[in-house]
Amino acid sequence: MKTHRAKRVEITIEAIMQSRLTDALTKASVTGYTVLPVLGGSGRSGDWVRSGEIGRASGMVQVVCIIRPERLDALLDAAFAVVEKHIGVVTIVDCEVLRAERF
Amino acid sequence: MDQILSLAASNLLSPIILSFALGVAASLARSDLSVPEAAAKALSIYLLFAIGFKGGVSVAAHGIDAKLGLTLLAGIILSAGLPLIAFALLKVMTGLSRLDAAAVAAHYGSISIVTFVAATSVLQSSGIASEGYMVAVAAAMEAPAILSALWLISRGGDGRRMDSHLWREILLNGSIVLLVGSFFIGWVTGEEGLAEISSFIVAPFKGVLCLFLLDMGLVAGRGLRGRSGALSPGVLAFGLLMPIIGSSLGVIFGLALGLSTGGVALLMVLSASASYIAVPAAMRVALPEANPSIYLTLSLGVTFPFNLTLGIPLYVAVSAALTGA
Repeated sequence: MKTHRAKRVEITIEAIMQSRLTDALTKASVTGYTVLPVLGGSGRSGDWVRSGEIGRASGMVQVVCIIRPERLDALLDAAFAVVEKHIGVVTIVDCEVLRAERF
Repeated sequence: MDQILSLAASNLLSPIILSFALGVAASLARSDLSVPEAAAKALSIYLLFAIGFKGGVSVAAHGIDAKLGLTLLAGIILSAGLPLIAFALLKVMTGLSRLDAAAVAAHYGSISIVTFVAATSVLQSSGIASEGYMVAVAAAMEAPAILSALWLISRGGDGRRMDSHLWREILLNGSIVLLVGSFFIGWVTGEEGLAEISSFIVAPFKGVLCLFLLDMGLVAGRGLRGRSGALSPGVLAFGLLMPIIGSSLGVIFGLALGLSTGGVALLMVLSASASYIAVPAAMRVALPEANPSIYLTLSLGVTFPFNLTLGIPLYVAVSAALTGA
């Protein structure tokens, strides 16, 4: 089966910033993304679990986008403007997709 | 003094406080006890609805007077002013940066609705009446502190932008909407409305509060276990001193307004408590460089347990002594 190269961008960010990030992505014409809950983790501020948090201040979510390689810079510019000062991780990996026209 | 000690002793041995202590102990002992996230959310919705509704019914029964408006104004002044005192105190007592000090200060101007709910429960058990509109005062005291903290930062030449998202999150956060909304429902429907649902929102109230405080104890214990290293002795001392300063201002305002014994006690509780829901969220957006380990651990792990165990009986006893009850 024919596959096509794409980029998978995973942005793990504070839950409170989710709507700001997805708004910025939409403005940058990145309209396809998936938001996943993060159950817990550990980092510079210590470990945490979702069930132990009150409110949305310290919980995290992950926003996953799969896009064509030529659109990566625009996505990163939009995302970085939002996430720059916040706790979180941005990773980019190469991937392959089946239906290129969807990305 | 005997009265304070007696009230403190009975408060410490109440099911509410013992449930909280169980949560803290279980967490510190690394037990796997936990309250499911959705259940904790449901418990908090129940408590906010019940407390708002009963406050509205009380206002419907006793009517509105000028004191309501003045008490709301006093609450807003306290919420806006307490961060300034807290900020000055933090600069003297701790080595916190300007940013961290402002973020912590915002928490101490805003309120803890759970502490307020626990205090109303203690007043009810002691047969002490309070003004129903104190629920509205609690809602009004959530936001001004955030603006004061941002002003403190902007004075240092570090301008922070309040975007529309943040305004909406502060003014329309779920807790405030539910509290104010149920207050108005209670106000409109009055005693008849309460009679229709009293078996749901009156009788089970304390039991639900116990379960909720069990969860709060688990969360506070986890915070203390994992992040207590973030607090220096000076910061820790601030977390215990600031509630006393806040409640002292609360009692002055309460007495000047001529509030009842319960009303003065609740204004003291509101002034003494520190936010750990609305303000942390606002600080993460507006001051992302501030260290959340400091302000969350301090408000939830130090000031909240202090107010819950020793503060509330102290404030009630002081209020009773000064109002001649």
